[in-house]
Amino acid sequence: MSEIPKDLSYAKTHEWIANDGDGTVTIGITEYAQGSLGDLVFVELPEAGTKVSAGDAVAVVESVKAASDIYAPVNGEIVEINEDLDESPERVNEDPFGQGWLFKMAVNNADDLDGLLDAAAYGEIVDAEES
Amino acid sequence: MTTMTEQLIFEHSRPGRQAAAQAPASAPTIDDLPATAMRRTALGLPEVSELDVVRHYTRLSQQNFSIDTHFYPLGSCTMKHNPRACNTLASLPGFLGRHPLAPARHGQGMMACFYELQEMLKTVTGMAGVSLTPMAGAQGEFTGVAMIKAYHEARGDYERDEILVPEAAHGTNPATAVMCGCKVVEIPADGDGDVDVAALREKVGPKTAGIMLTNPSTLGVFEQDILEISKMIHEAGGLLYYDGANLNAILGKARPGDMGFDVIHMNLHKTFSTPHGGGGPGSGAVGVGKRLLDFMPIPVVGRDGEGEGTTYRWLDERDVPHTIGRLSAFMGNAGVLLRAYIYARLLGREGMTRVAEFATLNSNYLMTRLKAAGFDVAYPERKASHEFIVTLKRQKQELGVGAGDFAKRLLDYGYHAPTVYFPLLVPECLLIEPTETESRETIDGFVDAMIAIWDEARVDATTLTEAPFNLPVRRLDEVAAAKNLDLKFEAETGDARSVA
Repeated sequence: MSEIPKDLSYAKTHEWIANDGDGTVTIGITEYAQGSLGDLVFVELPEAGTKVSAGDAVAVVESVKAASDIYAPVNGEIVEINEDLDESPERVNEDPFGQGWLFKMAVNNADDLDGLLDAAAYGEIVDAEES
Repeated sequence: MTTMTEQLIFEHSRPGRQAAAQAPASAPTIDDLPATAMRRTALGLPEVSELDVVRHYTRLSQQNFSIDTHFYPLGSCTMKHNPRACNTLASLPGFLGRHPLAPARHGQGMMACFYELQEMLKTVTGMAGVSLTPMAGAQGEFTGVAMIKAYHEARGDYERDEILVPEAAHGTNPATAVMCGCKVVEIPADGDGDVDVAALREKVGPKTAGIMLTNPSTLGVFEQDILEISKMIHEAGGLLYYDGANLNAILGKARPGDMGFDVIHMNLHKTFSTPHGGGGPGSGAVGVGKRLLDFMPIPVVGRDGEGEGTTYRWLDERDVPHTIGRLSAFMGNAGVLLRAYIYARLLGREGMTRVAEFATLNSNYLMTRLKAAGFDVAYPERKASHEFIVTLKRQKQELGVGAGDFAKRLLDYGYHAPTVYFPLLVPECLLIEPTETESRETIDGFVDAMIAIWDEARVDATTLTEAPFNLPVRRLDEVAAAKNLDLKFEAETGDARSVA
């Protein structure tokens, strides 16, 4: 059973979302997602300033097995990206909830965050995929 | 198989050594090129004897995994035997010696072959026209979607820019749609591996340019609702594109034209047994329904007259008024097309049907035997098409060995690995395609190897996780290879590039 921190929100496409409390959120992929993908070799991130809608494919993580899209969980604007990942995509494997964060977004409407999954609901999705 | 790693040909190089047979009889003089176009340094060619060359390349060929030496059940690639007769006949001097710029009247024989190939492909797929020029599967896909786009634009229907693609599709499908300036709309699969028709209905609309379907799908099953899907797309004003990746499963038994497809591409290097692997040359011939006849890429071979007065000519813009244009300077990969034509003639009408029958029989036999041995099949309730998916999720959870580990260990047993980790929908998957040209004994041997490997994993997982053991190179560092690709040879001592 992989780690699912209780203080984060989740999307069913395996992104985690941390509310930074200042109108921005930090987004990464979960422990389960990085484990399924295997060793990452490349992370393609959006440019800061890009306006995105919930569900847009905004980033790509590529492992030795596959390339997968990362989706914006809510409407907003990309404000910062994790530039370390350019040189060291393995950070996502080593520390998916910490140094392996992908990008930060300014959220248009804070109410949108209420529509995200909590740890328990996301845990059920992982359980269903693992069974 | 040898366990020695073969050196590069450059490492065999010794100053002054040469192969007499290839050495020029006299030093060439070049006096008709401007000085700016002349090299100032010697060419960095290896200096080796004829025997060095023969041994080097013979040893390399012995280390190769190929259909000529090993069972090659690489799902979705249709690695069937390439009959030698096709190569022999396509290499006749009359074919080899024909210059592509020679007038049509000097190439009537070759053009007759292409014309007949067009006709046979039309018949076996149920399409109204065929153009042979696309030079690879991906180019055939591009051709198909470019024609769909041109069709809508010719009708003034400029709003249609969405291409529907099932989530299990080959990655080339969404890439093709994007290359043609369309947006990709992904359609999920249902629990049986078919397109989720309810989800599809929600996404179809006035912006739908078309749908790209592989049937049988990449999940190894025949799309059960194809007629309903076809009706839905056509009623919305869209067209249907058939990805011919899996045509081998239905060749001569079911026709994409009868299912309502408007355009299809055929990988002749798969279904029609022309050699492939290592990048080609491939052939992605396209077939079209009536609506797209005027949009085909040129040249197409046309026939005038009957009997002794028959002549063949290249059809061009005058014959195909809305053509999307030319995809190559001449007639695609002409030599590959000849091989496909000869293969089709060798099979004949009955033989073509047997291709699909034995491809699916072999696949279902192999699937049934692996199931009986305890392996989990992705869609156990469905019949396999020409290929099927085994998921090793349970082995990964219980023993810590996944699809990649089984694949590496299979190499030690003398089998080319099946396709791994595709389609992405199925965790720890092996996509296995035996093809019709394998015997029952070969397939049984593969089953024995799979069982033996599973047994090894129960005893000691490292037998798999550290495999292969018996090959010239051991487990490769795939992360390093992807991140720090280094293909350039640098001689450690001296300068291997200097030529005396």
